[in-house]
Amino acid sequence: MAQYMLSVHHDGTEDFESMTPEELQPIFEAVDRFNKEVQEAGKWVFAGGLEPIESATTVDNTKGEALVTDGPFSESKEFLGGFWIIESADLDEALDWAQRGSAACAGRVEVRPFQPEPPTE
Amino acid sequence: MTDLEQVFRAEHGRVVATLARRFGDLDIAEEATSEALVVAVERWPRDGVPPNPGAWLTTVATNKALDRVRREGRRDAKQAEATLMDEQMRRDPEETGPVDDDRLRLIFTCCHPALAPENRVALTLRLLGGLSVAEIAHAFLVPEATMAQRITRSKAKIKQAHIPYRVPAAGDLPSRISAVLAALYLVFNEGYLASGAISRAQAASGEDSVLVPVREDLCAEAIRLTRLTSSLLPDHPETDGLLALMLLTQARSPARVVDGVLVTLDEQDRRLWDAALIDEGHAIVRRCLARNRPGRYQLQAAINAVHTDALDVTMTDWGQVLALYDRLAAIDPSPVVALNRAVAVAELDGPEVALSLVDGLAGSLAGYHAFQATRADLLRRLGRRDAALAAYDEAIRLAGNPAENAWLTARRDSI
Repeated sequence: MAQYMLSVHHDGTEDFESMTPEELQPIFEAVDRFNKEVQEAGKWVFAGGLEPIESATTVDNTKGEALVTDGPFSESKEFLGGFWIIESADLDEALDWAQRGSAACAGRVEVRPFQPEPPTE
Repeated sequence: MTDLEQVFRAEHGRVVATLARRFGDLDIAEEATSEALVVAVERWPRDGVPPNPGAWLTTVATNKALDRVRREGRRDAKQAEATLMDEQMRRDPEETGPVDDDRLRLIFTCCHPALAPENRVALTLRLLGGLSVAEIAHAFLVPEATMAQRITRSKAKIKQAHIPYRVPAAGDLPSRISAVLAALYLVFNEGYLASGAISRAQAASGEDSVLVPVREDLCAEAIRLTRLTSSLLPDHPETDGLLALMLLTQARSPARVVDGVLVTLDEQDRRLWDAALIDEGHAIVRRCLARNRPGRYQLQAAINAVHTDALDVTMTDWGQVLALYDRLAAIDPSPVVALNRAVAVAELDGPEVALSLVDGLAGSLAGYHAFQATRADLLRRLGRRDAALAAYDEAIRLAGNPAENAWLTARRDSI
């Protein structure tokens, strides 16, 4: 078993802001159903949706003095919207969950394995 | 190629695949196989080739791999052991998929959709074909360091992302086999239409560059791997179709380049064609027709079967060729298929009708040498000399293959 992060990325072309609650409701329900499936399959580790990218603050303490700036670290229009962390036997299984997750949240999903945990001596 | 090299190339995939299953690690599998080959190079010339070279190499490679696992310490050994146990536990029919063959699993691992298509081909050639990184770099016209990096990165992704080492379940097979067939077809085409490969080593050393019109070894490797895939998936029509397509194309190879100049189908000496390959290809095409589940490789094979059926070019059944292109165009409405279809139209309805079809493709194909060459030929047949010369010049400018270039130049100069 390995852990994978299934992250949902927005590229600025989606317009969730102007969608009405009636339009968003089916997406929320589909994501709820998907979350339950992941939990019932025993694959759930953690998941969450993030507040809009405007809520981000970046801290840089790499040069000896902490610099706090308003906004995301990257200027790109792509940003992370939310993610699932799941347990999965291999990439094929993770890709299968990602397919269903992508359909549920109506967004593209990136699949990345976590590094293995360091050995315990 | 020496006998030893032939044995190595034939057995390489089998040994790597067996070790990959046992140790669950492509790097260990590949390095142990290389070490076993080194031992064979020392011993076989002295003691003779063992009766079952594949089994001999597998045993030696397994021992080398175990040595390495032990050398690398307890933690890795434990992991390898765990992987081994895990693999053995998974070896029930459902988990291993419809066919349990180590090489087929390795092909599907190398051609996993999570790897970039060009890396799938490179990895397949390296691990199953046993081609060196230098040879693969040569075939793809990239520096050896670039190819080495691509192969290393692909193997790392297989390991880090846990791309499974198995034949997909029956339900996933139709969608996954197409990537495998596409990779094998690219390998074959790279051999058949070698892009005028210049050896980088030679170019760097200042020797005369060597232009190679056909890479026989790549064609043979692609056929061998497709044959293997087909024997392991006996009921898959497109796999058979691809095999027949390769056999019927390869059969014409002896007549295709003479003195470094391409000889087109209509002018080939058909007595040079390989009758055994043609018979085998025709038999497979008949089997495909009986199944009646046509796909793009089967249709291309059927077109090649019609061509290889004619004792000389005047006996070609162009009506049937066109009918097959019509069906192919329905499945694959690409401009390249439309271009090839126009060639058959020219034989049936004359060059003028064909030219209007070809001119309609200029938007998407103007930069493709075969488009310019086809257009040049139609203009030549219509007596439009200046336009034909211009199209030949454009085709020569775009063609990368030396034999093709020589033929186009001769055609242009003969107008």
